[in-house]
Amino acid sequence: MIRIDSVTKRYPDGTVAVDRLSLDIEDGSITVLVGPSGCGKTTTLRMINRMVEPSEGTILLDGADIRQQPVNTLRRSMGYVIQNAGLFQHRTIVDNIATVPRLLGWGKDRARARARELMERVGLDASLAKRYPYQLSGGQQQRVGVARALAADPPVLLMDEPFSAVDPVVRKGLQDELLRIQAELGKTIVFVTHDIDEAVKLGTMVAVLRTGGHLAQYAPPAELLSDPADAFVEDFLGSDRGIRRLSFFPSGALELQTAPVVALDADAGTIAARGSTSGAPYLLVADLDGRPLGWGDPKDLTAGEIEPGRLLSHGRPFVHGKDSLRAALDAAVLSPTGWAVGVDGTGRVVGVVSQQAVGEAIRSAHALDRGGEDARAVR
Amino acid sequence: MSGFFDIPSDLQHTYAGLIGLHLREALVPVLVGLVVSLPVAQLCVRFRWLYPPVLGVTTVLYAIPSLAFFVVLIDYTGQSETTVMIPLAVYSMVVLVPAIVEGVRSVPPETLAAATAMGFGPVRRYVQVQLPIAVPAIIAGLRVATVSSISLVSVGMLIGNQGALGNLLHDAQIYNRPELAVNSVVTTAVLAILADAALVAVRLLLTPWMPKESAAR
Repeated sequence: MIRIDSVTKRYPDGTVAVDRLSLDIEDGSITVLVGPSGCGKTTTLRMINRMVEPSEGTILLDGADIRQQPVNTLRRSMGYVIQNAGLFQHRTIVDNIATVPRLLGWGKDRARARARELMERVGLDASLAKRYPYQLSGGQQQRVGVARALAADPPVLLMDEPFSAVDPVVRKGLQDELLRIQAELGKTIVFVTHDIDEAVKLGTMVAVLRTGGHLAQYAPPAELLSDPADAFVEDFLGSDRGIRRLSFFPSGALELQTAPVVALDADAGTIAARGSTSGAPYLLVADLDGRPLGWGDPKDLTAGEIEPGRLLSHGRPFVHGKDSLRAALDAAVLSPTGWAVGVDGTGRVVGVVSQQAVGEAIRSAHALDRGGEDARAVR
Repeated sequence: MSGFFDIPSDLQHTYAGLIGLHLREALVPVLVGLVVSLPVAQLCVRFRWLYPPVLGVTTVLYAIPSLAFFVVLIDYTGQSETTVMIPLAVYSMVVLVPAIVEGVRSVPPETLAAATAMGFGPVRRYVQVQLPIAVPAIIAGLRVATVSSISLVSVGMLIGNQGALGNLLHDAQIYNRPELAVNSVVTTAVLAILADAALVAVRLLLTPWMPKESAAR
């Protein structure tokens, strides 16, 4: 565990970057430091590996003051990922990744073998090993940065806005990759960002800092969204925190209806019966494999002559049980019929659900949550 | 009958000997300049306030004509090669110190931060990260210093035949053999071009990591 104990950083000109900050960072968690520029988040991160020395207070790593060990020993035991990757432009990818093992005195071959292993782990093609950083895209460079930080298998990973310089699509891929790697390796990660969405997506715990280095709130992301500590945190979370919070409620609790779903080869009787009894104004037509084709008015559907091309779009379905209520609500809102299509992991229709039913599920999820149940994150 | 390559005996050298002497008098000062410039430049990077005064001093030294240098130095080092080489070493520093400083400063701050965070000490960081990344800038400086040094050696003729190929200019006058002057100028120019090409080759060998477009410059 990393314990930051009433740490203050004051610069010679009197500026206070961090003000009596105390945080306990649990082993195996992703702790995100988030806040506007000038809130001291990067300074805090850099105090953990002593690139910045605190003016007051102490930082303990597993109970021992970090100043007790030689500074370079400490740093080699903590992986560090920086914005724009900060790769060594004069070294090949494999040698970049092998940097810390080499500093620790590993032989060249062993360090390179380890580097190749990590390239695979972070999803880099082995053919890139002998390339130089300028030959890689921004996203690939950032993956190299992560691999380099992991090379010596450090228990702690410090990440300073690692994904903020890449485009949103690449960023999402890198975030998913980080969560996947973390699920495998269980490092203690301290992650700095100014992007609250990134904080909510990645964080086990999120520390919101305000300008001047004060801690505004330290809470799991679901709690941050449901109970912001003050107006600053609420403002920083943005206007649609209610919707975003739905990401933390699983869609498994939704009761999907199967009555409004008909197969492409349904007979006239079934279409008529489903159309009048299902309660849905439209019927969802699925192909013979069970994959959704689109919505049709029961009056217009003629048995044996259903033309998939003339059906209303079913929009993007949500994966029942895996996606969150946010995805289900989004699917319902975007659907031309107001009904969302739930599918299983292989894309086959499980059932459909109305906006109204999603709304009821949201209300009962909130009620449960207030009852003390922990909202389990669904990503 | 005396030809283009017949070197008058008062120079006590063959044509090839003159070329060897010329290269030695030109290149040793550049090497010495480089060895002195590296720590000076590192001090300038480390202590930012030091750079402007260092730049000022080297620029003033550059403004002193080599002849004035010779007059002062002759009392100490006599009419020797050393007297020719000391000013040349100083001149090459004027080019090399700023080249190294700019090169080392051009290392991206996130690369430096990453190196520090991974546990590089200051010396290792300088030798393994900053210096290699500064190589293109340092070699660009070396090219200027080398070419100018090769052309400046000729002035050494003024202190008693220490100008290597430059001495041919003097002999061209006293023996009334203009072809010796042409020989001197052409050979010096060819040496400068070859030395420059050699440095470009060294740069290409040392920096396989540079994007091809900018390496072409």
